[in-house]
Amino acid sequence: MESLEAQRAALEASEISSVELVTEALARSEDSGKGLGAVIGLRAEAALAEAAESDARRRGGDSRSPLEGTPVLLKDNMVMQGEPTTCASRILEPFVSPYDGAAAERLQAAGAIILGRANMDEFAMGATTENSIFGPAHNPWDPARTCGGSSGGSAAAVAAGITGFALGSDTGGSIRQPASFCGVVGMKPTYGRVSRWGLVAFASSLDQIGPFTHTAREAAWVLEAIGGHDPRDSTSLPEALPSLESALTGDVAGLTIGLPKEYFVDDGADPAVISAVRQGVDTLERAGAKVVEVTLPHTPYVVSTYYLVATAEASSNLARYDGARYGRRAEGVEDLDAMYRRSRSEGFGAEVKRRILLGTYVLSAGYFDAYYRKAQQVRTLVRGDFEQAFERCDVIAGPTYPEVAFPIGAKLDDPVSLYLGDIYTVSANLAGLPGISLPCGEIDGLPVGMQLLGRALDEATLLRVADAFQRLTDHHERRPPRA
Amino acid sequence: MLALRAMSRITREDVERTAELARLSLSDDEVEAMTHDLGRILDHVDQLQALDTAGIEPTAHAIPLATPMRADQASAGIDPELALANAPLREASAFVVPKVIDGEES
Repeated sequence: MESLEAQRAALEASEISSVELVTEALARSEDSGKGLGAVIGLRAEAALAEAAESDARRRGGDSRSPLEGTPVLLKDNMVMQGEPTTCASRILEPFVSPYDGAAAERLQAAGAIILGRANMDEFAMGATTENSIFGPAHNPWDPARTCGGSSGGSAAAVAAGITGFALGSDTGGSIRQPASFCGVVGMKPTYGRVSRWGLVAFASSLDQIGPFTHTAREAAWVLEAIGGHDPRDSTSLPEALPSLESALTGDVAGLTIGLPKEYFVDDGADPAVISAVRQGVDTLERAGAKVVEVTLPHTPYVVSTYYLVATAEASSNLARYDGARYGRRAEGVEDLDAMYRRSRSEGFGAEVKRRILLGTYVLSAGYFDAYYRKAQQVRTLVRGDFEQAFERCDVIAGPTYPEVAFPIGAKLDDPVSLYLGDIYTVSANLAGLPGISLPCGEIDGLPVGMQLLGRALDEATLLRVADAFQRLTDHHERRPPRA
Repeated sequence: MLALRAMSRITREDVERTAELARLSLSDDEVEAMTHDLGRILDHVDQLQALDTAGIEPTAHAIPLATPMRADQASAGIDPELALANAPLREASAFVVPKVIDGEES
């Protein structure tokens, strides 16, 4: 009873109640969820009460959506009234949200039961969920390895069957990369598709909320629930979300899949990853898709561009943590300047400080044009690459990450090498495009993710291809060994 | 490009000045580590200088959107008690911070 689809079917057949599902999910959260470091906070009592309400709705023939009565975890950077939101940071440890974010609101309006909060890298800065005051989250396939990040807790929870789905946020791959490491589906919708109201800001022009599930069909249900216009987010897209589930025809005939030659070079990803992805593309080709080579010539520059843009925006967004109005204030400060300095210096971890410093530096007088403006110009070139590529294809396929999950601690002292791993994921954020990672194979028992990128607003085609792939393969049905 | 190359050799003083701007106090060890890390990162991002971007418009947002306007109508804001609930220190309906202006009272 671990996948969302199985839970929905059992609820609809009256084989289980939401109260029972939530009770089981809470028990798993306490046990393997906390054991893996994936779950960092639960709202057990409220969740059980809401589950009872959901059961009553269902008995009254008033189910709200496919998510009715199913448990879900939120990455701990999405606020919910009366609940803590920590961003896995010391500086937000005492924070309890005074309002509901859009994601929580819409999940509840869809009948889903919010169980609690999932671990993450501090302020979503990291790729391993090691930068957390709660300690690292572990990969259910091998607890000595990272589950990826920054939405690692959400990915690990879904992979371990704690909940059928979870939400994460993706600024440069923070949904897709942990999905790849944990063998689940992770989707970053088009920029602006899901409201950022109540999502703690990291890099506002790149951040986007999205789902973790086992299947593309389940991802379609979740996106239908959380997506759509929200006037409280001025970057929310005005376009209505089309019906996504009805796009899942299982048919890829007539679609063209582009393989960027820059993603399949010899000195790029692990050859075993490339081979697994290539086999995935072959499956789609046998099902009738046309495969063409495309080029994204600015690929070697995307990581640099991303880290300049993201850290510049982060340095500005994180200026609000000053110890004055909320969050942690340092003890015994005698003047305002000491309050700012000490609250921030004691409250932020090393990676967050590193990024605030880099962002502040590239925005400072004398460096702005050479770094920040330059990166914004290259961002235009990256967008242009995709515009040209999508003239020749409907979907772009490649690896999500250059390798499978690596051991916890392996890259802690080498930020540049960790950043370079983001080469396949950051482009979608820079260009605002939707992307999805889905399991396409295993290397020595560890999942490999295939990434599909689509045109802006065209989540439907992306999900259609991912769903068609999953109808033909069983990678998404594999589960990690029981701990 | 020589001038730009030289820029990436970030010094301890640069890190200290930047930390000042960001209102972060760094220990000597932190300054050392950050100088090393930022130096490596800047060495890498310097690769962008090789790209000719003359005449290329910068992108601030990938999906062009006009600033949305709303009707000029008053609406309820957040309840003051809720807004103040997270205050590290409060008095009545105010956030209390250390004294800003020297003088008058002790």
